[in-house]
Amino acid sequence: MKKLASLIIILTLTILSNYSIAGDDGNIKLNERKNGYVEVKDCFEKVNRGIFGFNQVLDKIIFKPLAKGYRMFPQPIRSGTSNVLNNLSNVVTIPNNILQGQIKDAGINSARLVINSTVGIAGIFDVASYYGLKKRDKEDYGQTFGVWGAGPGCYFVLPVLGPTTVRDSIGSVANVIGGDAWYNVTVANDTRYFSEADYWASRLGAGIDFRAKNLESFESLEKNSVDLYASVRSLYLQDRYRKINNIDESTETLSDDDWEELEN
Amino acid sequence: MKILKYLACLYLLFNINSLSYAKNPSDLINNIVDEAALILSSEDPVESKIIKLNAIAERSVDIDGIGMYTLGKFRKSISDEQKSKYKKLFRSYFLKSFSSRLVDYTNPRINVVSQKKINDKYTIVNSVLEATSKRPQVKIDWRIYTKNPDRPLIRDLIVEGLSLARTQKEEFNSIIQNNDGDINALFKTLEEFLIK
Repeated sequence: MKKLASLIIILTLTILSNYSIAGDDGNIKLNERKNGYVEVKDCFEKVNRGIFGFNQVLDKIIFKPLAKGYRMFPQPIRSGTSNVLNNLSNVVTIPNNILQGQIKDAGINSARLVINSTVGIAGIFDVASYYGLKKRDKEDYGQTFGVWGAGPGCYFVLPVLGPTTVRDSIGSVANVIGGDAWYNVTVANDTRYFSEADYWASRLGAGIDFRAKNLESFESLEKNSVDLYASVRSLYLQDRYRKINNIDESTETLSDDDWEELEN
Repeated sequence: MKILKYLACLYLLFNINSLSYAKNPSDLINNIVDEAALILSSEDPVESKIIKLNAIAERSVDIDGIGMYTLGKFRKSISDEQKSKYKKLFRSYFLKSFSSRLVDYTNPRINVVSQKKINDKYTIVNSVLEATSKRPQVKIDWRIYTKNPDRPLIRDLIVEGLSLARTQKEEFNSIIQNNDGDINALFKTLEEFLIK
């Protein structure tokens, strides 16, 4: 079953990769390079907008209240929770560091994982940073596929999980077919120490932690946006582009071409 | 007493000049941030804060330039009349969303870290919005248009690597495209936002 899934992923990535190179097959524009960006087609926009609306309702009645409640906990508890979840994410980041050829980052993240899981008591305290091993950016399989040259494919919105692309959702599938050690010891295999509930609790916790950190930003976006769906799509795609290209400086993310047109 | 008043006026004039004519992009951001922090932490009513914040934006942001940029490819296909209507609408939209985004902050602490000249027309100023107990530290970069070196203007804000101008552009383009390329749909949306 796992082999079949791997085969499907490889085949799809090959197809996506071709699209990203060809860009335009004459009639259907899937991915088009412009000003350094790969313009991503929103293939099922009407359906996506429907799912986006559903997610908004879900957010209003479940995630936002949970995030607000989480905010009421004292700062040290929230920091500790955030640290534990960040520490756990290293089990996906490290293999992706290796797959992307970031050997130094893989070493640092491995050392961080070991130190914080032990001395830092299951990652509650970021002791590694104290020793000079600063936190690195997270990496995932979607980013790795992007680094390897796979185009993003269509943009779409998943119920509950939110915005994604074909490439990024295949990246998520890679987690559940062996690419995520945390998933393997909780859901995929029966162990004495962890249960399936631990995995889902960590996923939910990560979502609430993220939502709580961005309560004001989301509110501001909702308040000032004239097409919230389009804003979220743009922000998601910009973020993925930046992460795949490991861009830190704004001078690298922004092409002047768009602005240059104003001069003409 | 008269001397004191005179000195106070002189001090005020000097400060207004320094705010209006900051030639260095980093100084421009430092001045704006300081001025906005003063306004936001004051006891003034919200309406008064909004008027003052808008005055800062009118003076230091290239609102017309951003407006034209956000129109994207449609900039070339609309008539002069539509262009002028759009400019007016966009200015009102920009100022309303600008002040409403800021007015919720009581005392944002932004520190300018560095600046990098891209070319003669643009410099990026890097700054950091300090962390609070509610949210982590945020990296904010400012794209400054320096074609007229005597009057640098802000053209974009890049928050954690995400360009607000680009997001706005894709938002507007989505509205126009979903209405068969009709710019009037955007006008209608902006008008509705303004009376909200």
